[in-house]
Amino acid sequence: MHIGVLALQGDFHAHLTQLRHLGASCGEVRSRVQLARADALIIPGGESTTLWRLLEVLELEQPLRAWLAEGKPVFGTCAGAILLAREILGPDRAGLGALDIDVRRNAYGRQIDSFLAPAERTAPGFEGLECLFIRAPVFERIGPQVEVLAEVGGRPVWVREGRAMAATFHPELTHDLRVHRAFLELASAGGSCRSTAETSSRATPYASSSSPATALARSASAGGR
Amino acid sequence: MKDWLREGPVDLRTKIGLAEMLKGGVIMDVTTVDQAKIAEDAGAVAVMALERVPADIRKEGGVARMADLRIVRSIQESVSIPVMAKCRIGHFVEAEVLQALGVDFVDESEVLTPADDQYHVDKHAFRVPFVCGCRNLGEALRRVGEGAAMMRTKGEAGSGNIVEAVRHLRTLTSEMRRLTTLRDEELMTTAKDLGAPYELVKDVAKRGKLPVPNFAAGGIATPADAALCMRLGAETVFVGSGIFKSENPARLAAAIVKATARFEDPDILVEVSMDLGRAMAGLEMSKLAPSERLQERGW
Repeated sequence: MHIGVLALQGDFHAHLTQLRHLGASCGEVRSRVQLARADALIIPGGESTTLWRLLEVLELEQPLRAWLAEGKPVFGTCAGAILLAREILGPDRAGLGALDIDVRRNAYGRQIDSFLAPAERTAPGFEGLECLFIRAPVFERIGPQVEVLAEVGGRPVWVREGRAMAATFHPELTHDLRVHRAFLELASAGGSCRSTAETSSRATPYASSSSPATALARSASAGGR
Repeated sequence: MKDWLREGPVDLRTKIGLAEMLKGGVIMDVTTVDQAKIAEDAGAVAVMALERVPADIRKEGGVARMADLRIVRSIQESVSIPVMAKCRIGHFVEAEVLQALGVDFVDESEVLTPADDQYHVDKHAFRVPFVCGCRNLGEALRRVGEGAAMMRTKGEAGSGNIVEAVRHLRTLTSEMRRLTTLRDEELMTTAKDLGAPYELVKDVAKRGKLPVPNFAAGGIATPADAALCMRLGAETVFVGSGIFKSENPARLAAAIVKATARFEDPDILVEVSMDLGRAMAGLEMSKLAPSERLQERGW
């Protein structure tokens, strides 16, 4: 299991640091060859407009769409979450659609509105998760199949659908490795995620269907546009 | 030793966090809404809103101050990427004004005429993050000690000549490398010689790098210049006069963005360096009187 981190721009080194702490095989993805080698991919924080431009001019957008279409595990944080969304607002454009979510950019305001807050409600095992928001987006709509794994200020900040995860905060900028561990478990679980859920309650990457997280997902979805 | 990004004070973590987001990108000087849009379309990670680019400040002379706020605000309203603005060295009121305006980063910059010939702004007192210039490790650590969340090597702004940026990057990185070879008892005297806070000197000696991201600025005029700075250890580049003083700004801007992202790949550099039109005219350093060297400003 080799985890690629898209390394065109942004805080990709911070993600690699987390993955190395967890002993994962990981490396930078800057080219099609490196993308093809990745069994799972992290799209880091950065500037989403820059990432789109670089994907286009480096002719990586279509290969990335094809790679995602295979259903491989992917995790986006902040700008990465924006790229993985279906629809992006502010300014509006289509995303890669790896998750059935719509995202609004810079939804909290400018840099002086950036903040650090503990997650209020989380999937089991993620209590007290420290969430650093930097000019962060919000999930404006989340689809019926999308599970909420953490919430801050009554809003979902970490979600999962199938083998795709997205967070509006930066788990790569803390000492807490639980989110990355959850992604590794999700990625290594292959088609069936159930066995990982049983083997590790602390780092379960998603909640069971009866959990509060899923209930949150439904209410947030209903409250969307 | 403390990792400031992961376990520093909350304020500092959000500040350094934004600097992390800018890594691997290009920050472009712009003076109009049109230029800001060109920069954003080209893939800039942020723009620096100015009244005049450094080359014009140099040419026109006079006192260079914080930009007209109307320009800064109109640029803030026209792009979705972070907007930075410059205040004069030591001018904490200009900094407060820019913070109140909601700029995403304040550059306490030697490009503007210093307001204080002894002291810099106490940057810990602000919620907005600051970037400051440096020519060497001592200067960098003094600014970090004052609360800067990001450093940039100064180079010589508005010169279109990369030689000073290279000198400052090489000086900074070699001084950091040297610190990692010292014994613990040598660090206090080294701190004294550098004119830098002891705790920060210990931090660099342990980790071999600054506690905050380090970007490069001053004289970058071509994609190869940007890639050179990245190869020498810069984590992002500022391009000031280089883009909008060139013949084809949109094309050059896009080329520098691509070159910065793929700075290790000569084939990409070949591709982006073709047909860019004329770069800005540059200045020979020996032709600049010491009083004209912006890099000398800062204490």
